[in-house]
Amino acid sequence: MEAKIAVPIDKKDTWNGGGAKPYDASYGKMMMWFFILSDALTFSGFLAAYGLTRFKFIDSWPIADEVFTHVPFVHGDFPMIYVAIMTFILIFSSVTMVLAVDAGHQMKKNKVTWYMFATIIGGIIFVGSQAWEWNTFINGTYGAVKTTEGNVLQFVKDGKQIALADFVVKPRADGRIQHTTNNGLWFESEGAINTYSVAQVIQAYNENPEIQVRTELIDLDKKEKAILSREEGALQLAKTKMVVEGANLQANEYGNTSFSDFFFFITGFHGFHVVSGILINIIIFFNIILGTYEKRGNYEMVEKVGLYWHFVDLVWVFVFTFFYLV
Amino acid sequence: MAHAHESNTKRIWIVFGILSAITIVEVYLGILKPESLHLHGPGTSWLNWIFIILTLAKAYGIAWVFMHLEGENKWFRRSIVWSAVFLISYLVTLFLIEGGYLFDTLSPLVRW
Repeated sequence: MEAKIAVPIDKKDTWNGGGAKPYDASYGKMMMWFFILSDALTFSGFLAAYGLTRFKFIDSWPIADEVFTHVPFVHGDFPMIYVAIMTFILIFSSVTMVLAVDAGHQMKKNKVTWYMFATIIGGIIFVGSQAWEWNTFINGTYGAVKTTEGNVLQFVKDGKQIALADFVVKPRADGRIQHTTNNGLWFESEGAINTYSVAQVIQAYNENPEIQVRTELIDLDKKEKAILSREEGALQLAKTKMVVEGANLQANEYGNTSFSDFFFFITGFHGFHVVSGILINIIIFFNIILGTYEKRGNYEMVEKVGLYWHFVDLVWVFVFTFFYLV
Repeated sequence: MAHAHESNTKRIWIVFGILSAITIVEVYLGILKPESLHLHGPGTSWLNWIFIILTLAKAYGIAWVFMHLEGENKWFRRSIVWSAVFLISYLVTLFLIEGGYLFDTLSPLVRW
């Protein structure tokens, strides 16, 4: 009988430390903490790199509350509101998680199940919100143009930014059509072409004397983007190379390209953590229903995934501050 | 574990209340941007300092109460917190200094 056991008897306890408990912590919990520590350092690396890039372009970095101004199903300008709601959702799902851990200490299976369920729902709502946020960011709101020097020029009317669609009214006249396999160049693929051509935007600017150009440059006394006079604006527009609508890794209408790169990378990496956290939570959720931890005599597994879930929340607290607030 | 059988539910909700209140204050200040805080301050604006301090307070609440660091063995806690705090402060300090240097060097070359 003994010979058929793949793992030698005296090593069976390896995954729970074999009874040895340095620092009075179980093996699994300790390793979860050290994983979290290493992951925290990874995120710090990303955020520090963001800080470096932002300091490098400190006089022209996009102003976050002019970028993230949308709330689903509502029209209008609401800076920060939706990100704040997302933060609440994540903190709240952290609370239900810690309540699940608390109920686990008292061996109340039913309570653990429901709190865990609430945590998973909170996580799903958060990821959904993030997907919506990405979608809004990628599609953009106003549209802008980019000069040969790489500067992004936006358009304002009475000091408020307006969309290209608000003043470029005439239809596109340069006959530019989308390349497809039928009519385009062979083996040349092409992303969506812009709604407007450069010439069209410049013409519309010249025809509308109330429109002004806003540059990326920040007026440091007021912490607002500088608005050019009509003549200066025309000079800048003459250098225009392309129309930018929305954001991708090569260009974005909000300003510096690095801004959208970091946005996709940092919130994407965090979103990836949320998704894996949800999956792990779901696995644990079914184990709770099956009574695995009831049989085991403790709910420490819930505590361990709880640590990971709180960490995801912790990271978001920092992303929220350094990406959206500061 | 001494905490194993008693319920901490009340304390959890209190901490949730504090974390929510901090978030509301942050968002409120972020939208309002009072001029005296937004345009003045040492190094960066006062507003940014407030945000950073409030964020660290939130992180403390999450790590100590939700992640239950307060109940762990003292040196276990320190092995985690001190490693993170020292390495991250070092990294951030160097990166921000370098970022400032890049700005000083490169911004005169940019035409607006």
